[in-house]
Amino acid sequence: MSTAPSDLDRPESTAPGVRRGSTDKRGATRPPSAARILVTAILLLAAVYFLVPVYWVVVAATKSTGDLFTTNGFWFSHVQLFHNIHEVFAYDGGIFVRWFGNSVLYAGGGALVATYLAAAGGYALAIYDFKGKNTVFGLVLGGVLVPGTATALPLFLMFSRLGLTDTYLSVLLPSFVSPFGFFLCRIYAGSVVPTSLVESARLDGAGELRIFHTFGLRMMAPALVTVFLFQFVGIWNNYFLPLIMLADQNLYPITLGLVNWRAQVDRLPEFYELTTGGVLVSIVPLAILMIVLQRFWRGGLTEGSVKG
Amino acid sequence: MKGAQRRAPWILLSPFLLLFVLTFLLPVVYAVGQSFTAVDRRGLFGEDGITSSFAGFDNYARALADPTFVASIGRVLLFGVVQVPVMLVLVTVLALLLESASARWPGFFRAAYFLPYGIPGVIASILWSFLYLPGFSPIVAGLGKLGITVDFLSAGTVLWSIANIVTWSYAGYNMLIVIAQLKSIPGEVYEAAKVDGAGPFRLAWSVQLPLIRPALVLAAVFSIIGTLQLFAEPQVLRSVSSAIDANYTPNFAAFTSAFTYNDLGVAAAQAVLIAVAAFVLSFIFLRLVSRRDS
Repeated sequence: MSTAPSDLDRPESTAPGVRRGSTDKRGATRPPSAARILVTAILLLAAVYFLVPVYWVVVAATKSTGDLFTTNGFWFSHVQLFHNIHEVFAYDGGIFVRWFGNSVLYAGGGALVATYLAAAGGYALAIYDFKGKNTVFGLVLGGVLVPGTATALPLFLMFSRLGLTDTYLSVLLPSFVSPFGFFLCRIYAGSVVPTSLVESARLDGAGELRIFHTFGLRMMAPALVTVFLFQFVGIWNNYFLPLIMLADQNLYPITLGLVNWRAQVDRLPEFYELTTGGVLVSIVPLAILMIVLQRFWRGGLTEGSVKG
Repeated sequence: MKGAQRRAPWILLSPFLLLFVLTFLLPVVYAVGQSFTAVDRRGLFGEDGITSSFAGFDNYARALADPTFVASIGRVLLFGVVQVPVMLVLVTVLALLLESASARWPGFFRAAYFLPYGIPGVIASILWSFLYLPGFSPIVAGLGKLGITVDFLSAGTVLWSIANIVTWSYAGYNMLIVIAQLKSIPGEVYEAAKVDGAGPFRLAWSVQLPLIRPALVLAAVFSIIGTLQLFAEPQVLRSVSSAIDANYTPNFAAFTSAFTYNDLGVAAAQAVLIAVAAFVLSFIFLRLVSRRDS
């Protein structure tokens, strides 16, 4: 922002999909191969660090509890992956499937509603002029900085007075709010929704809410995907809130359920098998989501500085 | 029509605002109120009546008089002072290497580094808890064969074992943010540097680093806030390490005060202290960085 040379050049150089350097670097000065080997070696080393735990759990999920202790953890022996996965799904009347479904409900439902509400609020702030606008914006911005765990405890006390604890709503209600998403939507709507379009839609007789739903939402779509993803992963990964709110195992998300299994390995060794299998099954869908949707993450926090 | 235009922003805003007030504003107000309240239970379980009264700073005094709570604050500060810079250096190096012309398969590496972000902190902790466990972990066994005996779970090492889990989880995500900023550097800047005869190190040091500073500052602030909230990692590792007690981190201590000791006043005071500390430290950090600018 501060040192960008001339604004004229920016749109082309930051256009998505155009890789900087594709013209100036590749052909001209090819780096010496020693540098290339060194760089690749460092990157490979880092990749090993990030992938080893994942690789380990893939191997571990194929083993019996006995083999987990007696065979090399980094190599396969007596593969029984399907047996283990079947055990995971069958244990305790299929409680794992229920946990998985709960996680999908919390993260999917929570993120969907949160995205819609953040879009509506951010759009309202960007498009309209009204009294109290700055107060609202400042208040929500403060909310971005409040640590989630600081609100979880008092929220539990409030909810317990309302009789809301240990229900789906106790986890869903806080998940419906994304101050960060609100912030992002406000900035994005301000830069992509032209006031002239809103004006002409009004002249055509469209109601205010209708304009938001037909034009606003569609034009804000790229930012909405980012907000949804952040909120989805945020809820999926959240542990503190459900831990505090929920006592009934049937309402647990997958994180809570697996910690519960992990805690039992010392008394009942078959939980080693169940926990490693469960961890593997729980990682797969998110891993696919992350890799497939990687380009939407790239925008992330810097999305706000996108050009109009 | 004018009336509709005046109502519209509030109709659009109200669902969000209502939930924001319920789940952010009220809890904060409630926690602050609770932290100044003394609850008196008469009878063993309060069956003879419960009275609340204004307690001034009693709860804060009690929280800060507890040496284990103070120790937990010192512990996460030490953690932050080491883990945050180490992670940010790792993030910067990886991002610069990935964006350099010498990098092969950048797409694969980016995905590999980012993958752990999709694994919840608790699940990551479960994974690493197995990899730290002597007699079970292939890493401990492998190092043992090389003649290196390590105990990842002893009083002296477990904090850094937690730091490893946190770094593993968040480095890739922070790296993506830095890469996004690197990509937004116009090609002309590189051209100009090349004309000036800058080599790759010179380019990284005097062109790229200053330009990715905002991303690094942002990552640092979020890491500071995150460090003060540490909970899931020590809670999971507690089952394998006797060096971790129920007051290992400030957040863990607040959780214990609330649910083990049922001392809501002190728990609220601790929660408020954590939030204030996060605020103050982020603020000091931002001041320090911006002073160097001018």
